[in-house]
This record gives sequence, C-alpha cells and structure tokens, in this order.
Amino acid sequence: MNLHEFQGKNILKQFGVQIPEGIVIENPNDAVEAAKTIQSKTGTSIWAVKAQIHAGGRGKGGGVKIAKSLEEVKEFANSIIGMQLITPQTNAKGKKVYKVLIEENIYYSGEFKPAEFYISILLNRSRNRNMIVYSTQGGMNIEEVAEKTPHLIFKEEIDPTVGLQAFQCRKIASNFGLKDKAFKEMVTFVASLYKAYIESDASLVEINPLFKAADNRIIAADAKVVIDNNSLFRHPDISLMRDLNEEDPTEVEAGSFGLNYVKLDGNVGCMVNGAGLAMATMDIIKLSGGEPANFLDVGGSANAKRVEEAFRIILKDPNVKAILVNIFGGIVRCDRVANGVVDAYKNIGTINVPIIVRLQGTNSIEAKQIIDGSGLKVFSAINLEDAAALVKKVLN
Amino acid sequence: MSILVNKQSRIIIQGFTGVEGTFHASQMIEYGTNVVGGVTPGKGGTMHLDRPVFNTVTDAVEKTKANVSLIFVPPAYAADAIMESADAGIKLIVCITEGIPTKDMVIVKNYLSSKDCRLIGPNCPGIITPGEAKVGIMPGFIHKPGTIGIVSRSGTLAYEAVDQITKIGLGQSTGIGIGGDPIIGTSIKDAVQLFMNDPATEGIVMIGEIGGDMEADAAYWIKENSKKPVVSFIAGATAPKGRTMGHAGAIIGGKNDTAEAKKQILRDCGVFVVDSPADIGKRMFEVIKK
Repeated sequence: MNLHEFQGKNILKQFGVQIPEGIVIENPNDAVEAAKTIQSKTGTSIWAVKAQIHAGGRGKGGGVKIAKSLEEVKEFANSIIGMQLITPQTNAKGKKVYKVLIEENIYYSGEFKPAEFYISILLNRSRNRNMIVYSTQGGMNIEEVAEKTPHLIFKEEIDPTVGLQAFQCRKIASNFGLKDKAFKEMVTFVASLYKAYIESDASLVEINPLFKAADNRIIAADAKVVIDNNSLFRHPDISLMRDLNEEDPTEVEAGSFGLNYVKLDGNVGCMVNGAGLAMATMDIIKLSGGEPANFLDVGGSANAKRVEEAFRIILKDPNVKAILVNIFGGIVRCDRVANGVVDAYKNIGTINVPIIVRLQGTNSIEAKQIIDGSGLKVFSAINLEDAAALVKKVLN
Repeated sequence: MSILVNKQSRIIIQGFTGVEGTFHASQMIEYGTNVVGGVTPGKGGTMHLDRPVFNTVTDAVEKTKANVSLIFVPPAYAADAIMESADAGIKLIVCITEGIPTKDMVIVKNYLSSKDCRLIGPNCPGIITPGEAKVGIMPGFIHKPGTIGIVSRSGTLAYEAVDQITKIGLGQSTGIGIGGDPIIGTSIKDAVQLFMNDPATEGIVMIGEIGGDMEADAAYWIKENSKKPVVSFIAGATAPKGRTMGHAGAIIGGKNDTAEAKKQILRDCGVFVVDSPADIGKRMFEVIKK
C-alpha cells in the first residue's frame, strides 16, 4: 500500500526519525493558520507547500512551492489544492490534489554547507534479506545515478538473525563523508529509519533527499513509504491511511467483490482465474491482434455472483470491444461456471460486445454444451488455442 | 522415478481440521496420496478423515514417521508453522498459504538456512507426482504419469501447461508450483536442477513471469549444465510497469525483469521460448521428438 509523504513521515517520526515540522491541510483557508503554528514552533519565515499525491516528481509539475510570506503560503495552497498535477510519474491526465503539506524551510543558511543524500531500505529479493541502499548523490533520480555513476551507490545488507548493527550505521555515516555532530546524527537516523521499516512492515522506505542542514541536523526532507499489503492485518492504524482518491474507482469497486482488477488501455477485456493465467491471457489477446483492456483475477471460486460483478466491471470500460473469459476449472466444475456465465449474462440484460468463453478442466464438454445451447451471443472454446483464434475472429 | 514426492512419502497436513485442510486432504486421499495424519493445535488425540490429529508436528513425526508436511495455516500463523515443521525434522515442507507478510518470510528463510529441509511455496499449488502423490491443491485428473518435469510460479498457468503436456501424450514426471511471492523456498533453478538429475525426466517446462531474476538465474545454470530440452513461457509481456499483477512478486521493477528481457536471456541460454501460452505442449512435443 502506497502512503502519502505526510503519512510516511508521521510513521517515521514515531520511531525517532527527524522530519521537518509540518501540517497537512485540505482547505486552503487553513494554510495561514498552519504556517503560523509552524513558525511559532521553529521560527521559520519560509515554508514549503507540497502537493500530496501518490507520485514522485511533484516539483517538476508545479506541485511543490517555496513560500516566502504568509500571503504566498495562502496563494500556493490555493493554487495547488484542487489542481490536476501532472508529473513524470503520473499519466497524461495527472492526479487531482486534495491535500497539501506545509512545512518549515530546512534549507536555511548557517555554519556548515548543506548537503543532499539518498537512502532507502528494501528487500533484496535475490538474497532474501533487507538492504540499505544509499548514495551521496541525493535529490535526483536514483535510477539515473545508478546507471551513470554506479560507484556512487552503496549497499548494506542486514543479517536477519541480529538485525541492523551499530557498526553498519557508522559505516554508512562514514561513507557519506560526515564527521562530528552530523556523523552522530546520521548514525541515529539510519538506526531509527531501519526500526521504522521493520516495525511498520514496510516494503520500501525511501528518503530522497536525505538532508544535512546548515547546522548539521540530519532530516528526512521527503519520504516515500510503501507498506506490505500482506501485513496490514496487524497494522489497523496504517490500514486506515488508505486513500481511495488515489485509486481507480473501478479497481476499488472490484476489490470490494473480491476481484483483483487492474485497468489497462486496450480493447479486449478478460476475466480469468489465477494471476499467472490472467497475465498469460492478456498476452494471448495481444498475440491475437487485440490489446488487453484489463487484468482481472476472479479468484478460486468463480461463482455466478462473482462472474456477474466481473462482467459489470469490465463493461464499464467503453473501449472494450470483446471479452475473453478464461477459466481453468480445477476443483471448480466448469459446468457450474458455465451456468454462472449464462445467468450473469441474462441478469445484465443486453451485452453489446461479443464474449468468448473458454472453460477447461472438469466437465468442460458439458460446459461447452451449456454455453452453445444458451442462445446467447457467446462463443465457446475448450482449448486455449481455439480461444485465441476466436479473439482474432471477433476483432476482424 | 520422480522428484521430491512419491508413493512412499508420508504426509501430514498442518491446519488439518480447517475447511481448506479438510477439503484438500480428502481430495489427496482420494487421489491415493499417503496422508498419515495431521496437526491442529488443541485437537491432538482426536481422529479426522480416519487419520490421527496431533497437537504438534513433533508429535506427528514421532508417531507417524511423517517426512512431508503440507501447510494450510492462515497467513498470520503460517511462518510459525513452517518453522515448526523444520524444527520437527520434516524434510519437505509445502506451504499453500497465500498472504504471508514478507517480513515473516525473511525470518523463515534465514531460519531454514541452518536446517536440513526444503520448503516449497508459500502461495503455491504444491507438488504432484502423477499416480503416486498429490501434495497440494491442484486438480489431480489433468495429470498423467510421464516424462516431463514442470515448474511454475503460477498455479492455474501450471495447470494449463500440465493439461497441454497430458493431451499431447507426454505426461509428467513431477509438477511443482513454486509460488508467486517475493520470498519462496524453492526457486526455479532449484527445481530445474532436480529435474536435470532425475533419470525419469526427459524434458522440462519452465513457466515464469515478470518480476525478479529467478528465470535468468535458472537460464544461466541451464546454459552450463543442460542435458535435457527446456521449454519456457514467461507471462506478463503486456503487464504495465510498476503495478502488482495479482502475485506480490509479479511487479516489473528494473529493466531486466520484463517479460521481453527474460525471454531474451532464456533464448540466449538455449531455452526453447514460446510467446503464446497455447504453444507449450506442442513445442515440447517437437523438441522432445528430435
């Protein structure tokens, strides 16, 4: 589950990670009040106003502004809240901004030269262990840094038996080229960040930039936190942070029926049991001359109710010109699924696109007879190859 | 011959008396699998499906000499169940459970590294040696004893491959679904190595998908050690970047874990790659008859 910057920072703060003083607001009229509160706590008279959406590169799209007066805070909050923010990570339509985070300015001047670093914690899948990835090249696209200057990316693997050790934090601080107060602060920062990652069951914590301020404080200037969905049962507080505004409404609706649906841009919808077979079915659609309009896994029990909801969801997409149902009935009997398809079809009333139903497994022949005898505009197949040929046929 | 499970395997079910455990244990017994008992904490001493129930895996191993365990325990307790089996001396642990937190699996994987056992899964359909032992949730009837080893990250896609291999007349030595999670016990490479060393296996079907570098790892090993033809399909050529496609592990991250990149690596290593999942059986038939 993706979190907003302010949500991620709030989690990090609970584990002692230093973050800028900030307040999130939804109504631009609350902006000045928030800025004043931050001022009274920190003395700052410059504020950052940051759009809260689930996508990076917000600054490039005009979603992050530096306000040098209370008037500007109000002005920027006004212009950012409600805007359709387009960044390199969103689609062409962008994302609507509902909230902004107002923060103290941490780029103040002082005794030392400020610096921007990069740090993240994630699973190293090939080693089955967590690792800390860090670089002195902060504040920029880390994929680019990895490509152009791989020697500036460091990795520190964590032994699951003992967890992150103090010497590893010191190694990281040293590789950042720090000393004195900044060194000590970085050691604490890394230890706290790892604790937050573990305790909140994160699958990613990324701080970019990781900021060394002019007084040598080490602060998470930004935060991207992703939580492992499988762990949400033990984090009821984090589960509440889910923001449905950030998700496709149809995907949310599908989820409520136990359907795993991802909307795509093609013209052939599909309904499949099992994630791998669903991806393979999308590939078949492409090979047959179509483009998949969605990924949809109906799960193990492809009963009439679910099949009907799946049809309704797929048919919401006006681009869908045909639907391929591909069910490998293992323990589920195909004749039951076939009856479910027929019932669903009749309940919906009129379906104006051709439907290809491929049912394979127990009682697949009976299933084909049920479909063929239903009198509906449904093509049936048993083999995957035949289903692919039917897709090609209906598209032409 | 076969790999990992056969007629002699002595199998227990963890989560034996639950809905899932009961249903699938019945199916396994009906298939002729040697299920010797089960474990449900607190129900030790009772009987279920005419087989003894134990409180702990250690008890079950002591009384039944079980050497294989199949796990149907809910996600919150599954990691513990895997480690319990390993501690009790079970040699092959098959975990069906979907949705185990990754953090738990990091601990499990580390724990198992010092134990003499193999884990298959989690989030997988299990393993089957046709006609001998069905240790999992796959439909038994689509399988037929034969000479092709099948390894797959996906469940229903594995059934698809099995079905094609059966219908084309080859049959399977053993079929393994290794699971779709980021951390799993047995990798594609592990399974391929076992099949290469199994005299009864003449060809291998390898079903991969987007995400991770397991297929590439297997491919490099195959290039150096292959004695048998390997046919492969990689699902997800049309999957968008950065989105999880059902399996937590099926997410395209870097540029080397797209379906195209993987297929190219496989081809370069001498694997017979099919672009359409409908061609798996046909292609295997062609290469095996050469």
